[in-house]
Amino acid sequence: MQFKLDRRVHYSKAMLIATPIMAVGLSMLVCTLLLLVLNKPVLLTFHSFFIAPFENFYSITEIFLKFGPLLLIAQALAVGFRAKVWNIGAEGQMIIGAIAASSVPVYFVDSTSAWLLPAMIVLGALGGMAWAAIAAFLKTQFNANEILVTLMLSSIALQILYYLLLGPWKDPMGFNFPQTVMFQDEALFPYLFDGARINTSIAIPIIFTIGIWLFMEKHFGGFRLIVGGLAPSAATYAGFSSKKAVWSSLLLAGFAAGIAGMSEIAGPIGQLQRSVTSGYGYSAIIVAYLGALNPIGIIFAAFFLAVLQIGGDVALVSADLPISAVHVFQGLLLIFYLATYTFVNYRLRVVRPITQATPKLTS
Amino acid sequence: MSTIEFFLAGTLSAATIFLLAALGELVAEKSGVLNLGVEGMMAVSAAVGFVVTYETGNHLLGFAIAGVSGVIVSLVFAVITISFLANQVASGLAVGILGLGLSALIGNNHESLTIASTNGIAIPFFSDLPLIGPVLFQQNIVVYLTFALALCIGFTFKHTRLGLAIRSTGENPHAAQALGFPVFLIRYCCVAFGGLLAGFAGAYASTIYTPLWADGMIAGRGWIAVALVVFGTWKTGRIAFGALLFGMVSLGELIAQSMGARIPSQLLSSLPYIVTIIVLAIISTNAARMRLHAPFSLGEVFDGSESR
Repeated sequence: MQFKLDRRVHYSKAMLIATPIMAVGLSMLVCTLLLLVLNKPVLLTFHSFFIAPFENFYSITEIFLKFGPLLLIAQALAVGFRAKVWNIGAEGQMIIGAIAASSVPVYFVDSTSAWLLPAMIVLGALGGMAWAAIAAFLKTQFNANEILVTLMLSSIALQILYYLLLGPWKDPMGFNFPQTVMFQDEALFPYLFDGARINTSIAIPIIFTIGIWLFMEKHFGGFRLIVGGLAPSAATYAGFSSKKAVWSSLLLAGFAAGIAGMSEIAGPIGQLQRSVTSGYGYSAIIVAYLGALNPIGIIFAAFFLAVLQIGGDVALVSADLPISAVHVFQGLLLIFYLATYTFVNYRLRVVRPITQATPKLTS
Repeated sequence: MSTIEFFLAGTLSAATIFLLAALGELVAEKSGVLNLGVEGMMAVSAAVGFVVTYETGNHLLGFAIAGVSGVIVSLVFAVITISFLANQVASGLAVGILGLGLSALIGNNHESLTIASTNGIAIPFFSDLPLIGPVLFQQNIVVYLTFALALCIGFTFKHTRLGLAIRSTGENPHAAQALGFPVFLIRYCCVAFGGLLAGFAGAYASTIYTPLWADGMIAGRGWIAVALVVFGTWKTGRIAFGALLFGMVSLGELIAQSMGARIPSQLLSSLPYIVTIIVLAIISTNAARMRLHAPFSLGEVFDGSESR
């Protein structure tokens, strides 16, 4: 018995929805095996991951705290991925956005101006866009592969961050820790509830999502990006310029990642420090794919990965599971998603050897 | 050993990591498969190689099992891209993310531990020569084997039927299939070979070059290896030259310190990444030349159909 993949005439809508669910199921299966190998309690771990995050109000607000930046960055990345612009350097764009925004409270330590926060938002966005623009420029002018460039730029951004935190921006009263001063309240987003870290910045990803959704569904530009990604030759027919796709995809991602970075330093962290990104830039790639590069799908995917991150923190304590296990699970999710996505466009056919059981003609 | 000898010998040793991984990626790409999971494969096998060597004290065993783990990770990539026809770029990223996670998980209990380093092989007579002796003839055996392998791979692609089969698979899988070459098998083998070399590269990094385990120690070297294949325009000689260049750049921090230069260490740590970007921009400028040298079907999904 052999298997063969036959191309479908039309892609399967049912499979499109089933794919992420299958990916989650298969990833959980492999993780169960992994947990058994590691000799960790399976049920307790899954409880920590998927039930415990919903058990109290604080924990639920923490899910939304993670949901925000994942949603924001993934929405922007998905636009680029649709146009086959492989920006995988959102992490670096996020860092530079955070640095640019931090310059305001770092240099105006005593300011109580109401303009602090708006200025930080603008600088955060510009910082992220500027960092992404380097990759866009090198891609359009020098044909330099944006995957490698954005990735290298992330490593460089991290070194810039370290330089600032160990040198000029280090808090003089901070016991030599690599971090800036704690920012004043005027430089922080107001909290939504007492006793929870979730703040008003959650509005930004939600507005951004609506904007992207309108853009992709209604606007001609969205159509062009879709066409440019899925059928390059059709795109050339329509006079579509690939340079425009590169610039708009990267600037959009830089904008989103920059603001995401800014929201971290002006939100839960409250200062600039080494762990400013929490790996959102990379997780957002998985969110974008798991959401089928679709603005609505990405909402669910971002929420799922946010739960996974909170669950990972719980499992760290309850099941003594290393935090890297969350990354393994994320990697598995993407791998199984990509593998099962095949069935959106292909049908599996079982081919039986011809010699076997050929029915005899009746005489 | 004088400073200059130390520096040149270190360059060669550092270059070995880049060259091993880049040669593996070259073979995969020549067959038409773009595997961006090199960083992940190296990270997994660096962890495996370290843990095995630490627990058994046997470097050879550590290397062997690291190679096997590199192959296993690469086969995950091969199954989803070659059999399940998934997008190669996204799959490479997925394998990279999985690999980094697995690497941290495997090395979790060995963080910051060290193992005894190995001695190089001193080649009689030559190793006593001034300057070139310590640089060229007292290296670890892996260094010699890696550069010999570069020659072998170059020869295979140019002069053998196997090389022809791989090249035609990478140029036009439909035509290669029509000629009777087993396209799927060739691609599986080439990707697995890439995994093996990435595995050795990871093991070399964690057990010989810097014999200690720290999470994230591969630090982008897998990605630089991918870039090296582009720099070398898919030619082994140029890739080896690029590996030496990056070996030298990655020692920049040490040189500057030894010369007492007052440059922020972060700038020196960024140097390999900055150089990668600049060289990539310079090499890629001529888009027509890049298309000429790159395997024609690189990164494209091949579903076994007769023609396009």
